[in-house]
Amino acid sequence: MRRMASLRAAALLACTGVLLAACAGTSNTAASTPATSSSAKPCGTVNIADNPWVGYEADVAVVSYLLKTKLGCTVNISKIDEQVSWQGFGTGQVDVILENWGHADLVTKYITTQKVAQDFGSQGNQGIIGWYVPAWMATKYPDITNWQNLNKYSSLFVTSESGGKGQLLDGDPSYVTNDAALITGLKLNYKVVVGGSEAALIKSLQTATQQTKALLFYFYEPQWALANLKVARVTLPPYTAGCDANPKSMACDYPPYPLNKVVRVAWANSGSPAVNLVQNFKWTNDDQNKVAEMIANENMTDDQAAQKWVDANPTVWKAWFAGTGLTP
Amino acid sequence: MTILTADLVPSSRRFDRRWSIPVVLVAWWLVWRFGFGTHNLPNGGPTFIQDWFLRIRNAADAGRDSSPLFIYFFNPIAKTTGSVISSMMSLTTNLGWTGITGIASAISLWVAGWRHGLLTAVGFISFGVLGLEAESMQTLVQIIVAVFLSLLIGIPLGVWAGVSNGFSRVVTPVLDIMQILPTFAYLPLITLFFLIGPASGTIATMIYAIPPAIRLTAAGIREVSTATVEASESLGATKWQRLTDVQLPMAKRTIVLGVNQTMMAALSMITIAALIAAPGLGASVISALIKLDVGAAFNAGLAIVCMAIVFDRVTTAASVRTERASRAGGAASQRTRLLRYGAGIGLIALGVILPGINRSLATFPDRWVHGTRNPVNSVANWTQLHWYGATSWLTTTVTHWLIDPLQSLLSNTPWPVVVLGLALLAYFVGGLRPAIVTAGCLMGAILMGLWPSSMTTLASVLIGALFTMIIGIGFGVWLGRSRMADQLIRPILDAGQVMPPFVYLVPCLALFGATRFTGIVAALVYASPAVIKIVAEGIRSVPANTTESAISSGSNSWQTIVKVQLPMARGMLLVALNQGIIFVLAMVVVGGLVGAGGLGFDVVNGFAQSVFAGTGLAAGLAIVFLGIMLDRITQSAGRSRRTTD
Repeated sequence: MRRMASLRAAALLACTGVLLAACAGTSNTAASTPATSSSAKPCGTVNIADNPWVGYEADVAVVSYLLKTKLGCTVNISKIDEQVSWQGFGTGQVDVILENWGHADLVTKYITTQKVAQDFGSQGNQGIIGWYVPAWMATKYPDITNWQNLNKYSSLFVTSESGGKGQLLDGDPSYVTNDAALITGLKLNYKVVVGGSEAALIKSLQTATQQTKALLFYFYEPQWALANLKVARVTLPPYTAGCDANPKSMACDYPPYPLNKVVRVAWANSGSPAVNLVQNFKWTNDDQNKVAEMIANENMTDDQAAQKWVDANPTVWKAWFAGTGLTP
Repeated sequence: MTILTADLVPSSRRFDRRWSIPVVLVAWWLVWRFGFGTHNLPNGGPTFIQDWFLRIRNAADAGRDSSPLFIYFFNPIAKTTGSVISSMMSLTTNLGWTGITGIASAISLWVAGWRHGLLTAVGFISFGVLGLEAESMQTLVQIIVAVFLSLLIGIPLGVWAGVSNGFSRVVTPVLDIMQILPTFAYLPLITLFFLIGPASGTIATMIYAIPPAIRLTAAGIREVSTATVEASESLGATKWQRLTDVQLPMAKRTIVLGVNQTMMAALSMITIAALIAAPGLGASVISALIKLDVGAAFNAGLAIVCMAIVFDRVTTAASVRTERASRAGGAASQRTRLLRYGAGIGLIALGVILPGINRSLATFPDRWVHGTRNPVNSVANWTQLHWYGATSWLTTTVTHWLIDPLQSLLSNTPWPVVVLGLALLAYFVGGLRPAIVTAGCLMGAILMGLWPSSMTTLASVLIGALFTMIIGIGFGVWLGRSRMADQLIRPILDAGQVMPPFVYLVPCLALFGATRFTGIVAALVYASPAVIKIVAEGIRSVPANTTESAISSGSNSWQTIVKVQLPMARGMLLVALNQGIIFVLAMVVVGGLVGAGGLGFDVVNGFAQSVFAGTGLAAGLAIVFLGIMLDRITQSAGRSRRTTD
């Protein structure tokens, strides 16, 4: 191992020398160097934000594993909240957010106005937000998964918090939600009860499944907990463009969220091969769920889980190296 | 509330003070019952303060690279702290676990003696045994830096507050705010001013850890008897000489106690600092929390407990020794002292040299690692499976009979009636000043624009305090009366006080669901240990001959407790109530994470979404208002009782 590393370092050094010489001649050759030749620049340091949900941790695990082992980057992982991560673009403490769920206000602030961040394209995962019930409820009450029947069943969902109405449980306040407006718009006899954290949601789902208790809750995929806990989605009226315009009252489902990457502008222009890899990073909900499940349920470290997935899925990640100058 | 009948509301000028409180309550209840409409401050009140906070926040965000305030003030502070921490972190890596353990044990040996040197060694080895050597060292470094800087700032300010009444009066409310304002509320501001990472984690910690250093230093200086001070004056000492030769040396013990409290405060911030990317044990707790891995969270929590116990015992012993040494004038013989220093140097040398001989000795051996994750997880799963029926019944019952009625009384009565009612209650409990403070604080909550949330939170806090007192008196009496029980339970209480609440969040959720009651249960776990200890202290301080004479005159245990011990410990019970309320209040934000709603949720929401950052800060201030109100009422109750008796 150590021998290989030093060889790689030597190779990198040599390449840098060659390239420096090339750059001295014409400035544009570096960018157009074909992928088959050696890497453009040493990777340097990459600061990745690690937002607090396991799916995101899976993204970070695989990307940082590849950056470290294949491109020799130094990876700094900051475990922080979504909001705080965006602040990091301005301060230079965060280079990469690997899984962004919308956040129109932050996009305006940091991409449009301050111009410190830029959208780096889809990362492949499709964010699905919706209302769910534990699977046993869908078996026992087959028509419960249609929103029109929710009022019929509202008495099942009454809790100490819902004031006599049915309870719709929400989670972490930083996640996108229109639930109160939906209840008004769909004229449902329900009340939104805010759990306050993702832990509150998942734990409630675990309890509802284990103890066969009724639960109607806001949830989302990709989601590691769904590997063990079976759920059924409640169909709401389909989403049409603009149907969610009135923030007080809505009558349509959540749109799908194509999850994207956001990076710091200065880092994107640094020429590091890590930039290419992050730009190319793209995988499916299934891929993410697999890695997330290994981290959360099989007690693997992030690196172990990443390595296992990397060994099993070479065709997926090899494509991410286009433009890095390295053909793994 | 309904025990009284209406004819007990006389307009007599000399009605018995005992009736005044129930009368207020009944009147209030009547207003609520025959309600003047349920609508109450639509939108919760004015929002201009929230908007103003948000504007400040946005201005800071935009001006970070240009404003001189940032370039010459905030940025250098963050940078210096950051580089100190990172160089210390690499130092700990180089020393290895043997080096760190050696140095720590030697220091404890010097300042606190043989037993505590041994305790430190065991404590530091336990980090490795739990499998958290690296994380513990990261935490240790940040704690040391935060405590050092807190003392550097806190002790001089404390001395100033000790000698100057004017400064003391100015600084006390500031300290109140620093200690009650939930960290969550100002965390977004800290990250704005000082960025993210260990440096800002340390600064957030310092805001919470400085107040005890200032308070106890000031208290120490003030404790020095006026006779001593006057004596030194008559000998012609200057103010400075008086301070350095008389007041400071005599206050040493209290100041060391301040060091102890500063350390404990810093330790309690570990998990919060982890939310802004400070590495270490706190990060392990958070990362376990998002996976709902109770065992892993507990394991990291246990390492924090071990660290806290070492810090606490060593500094306490050091403070006792300082006092003894100053009284006995260096009684320890030359030989034992030499022996101690020699042994300490030997320990350090051994610890540092070992990894030098063989590099593999620098890392903790894998075979010695025995974490507590798996057993704890099995216990947690079993409990959830078998207790859920009982716990969910408890949740529904308490919510239906206590939380809902009280919350409705507070939220569905027109706000002027609530303000008047609470102010009158404060008046009858403690007099005019607390009544004015109460009215002022409630108006403050209205000004924050968060009236409904404030009332939800107030209801939860009052019920939480009630339960805390029930548990506190139950266990406190037991511990106060039985030495054995005390020795058995005390270590659990110590652990409960420093175990980060995030560790028991998931078990609480598992048993009680996402409800307001869950928030109360979490607060109970956090607040009870302190209350139990204070009550036990109160029971023990009842003179033994009083208790004995009660027993000899034929009282049984129950009568002795109810008729003699509890009434005589009333002063301490009020202190316990005061502390209980403050501790319950400290958990309001944690409650917001498990479904308690109210101000706690507003603060969490402000942390999570920048558009609500203003609301979050305002909610934090509303919590401070509630805290000051409840604190002043309970404190004045203690005072007025004492004067009337």
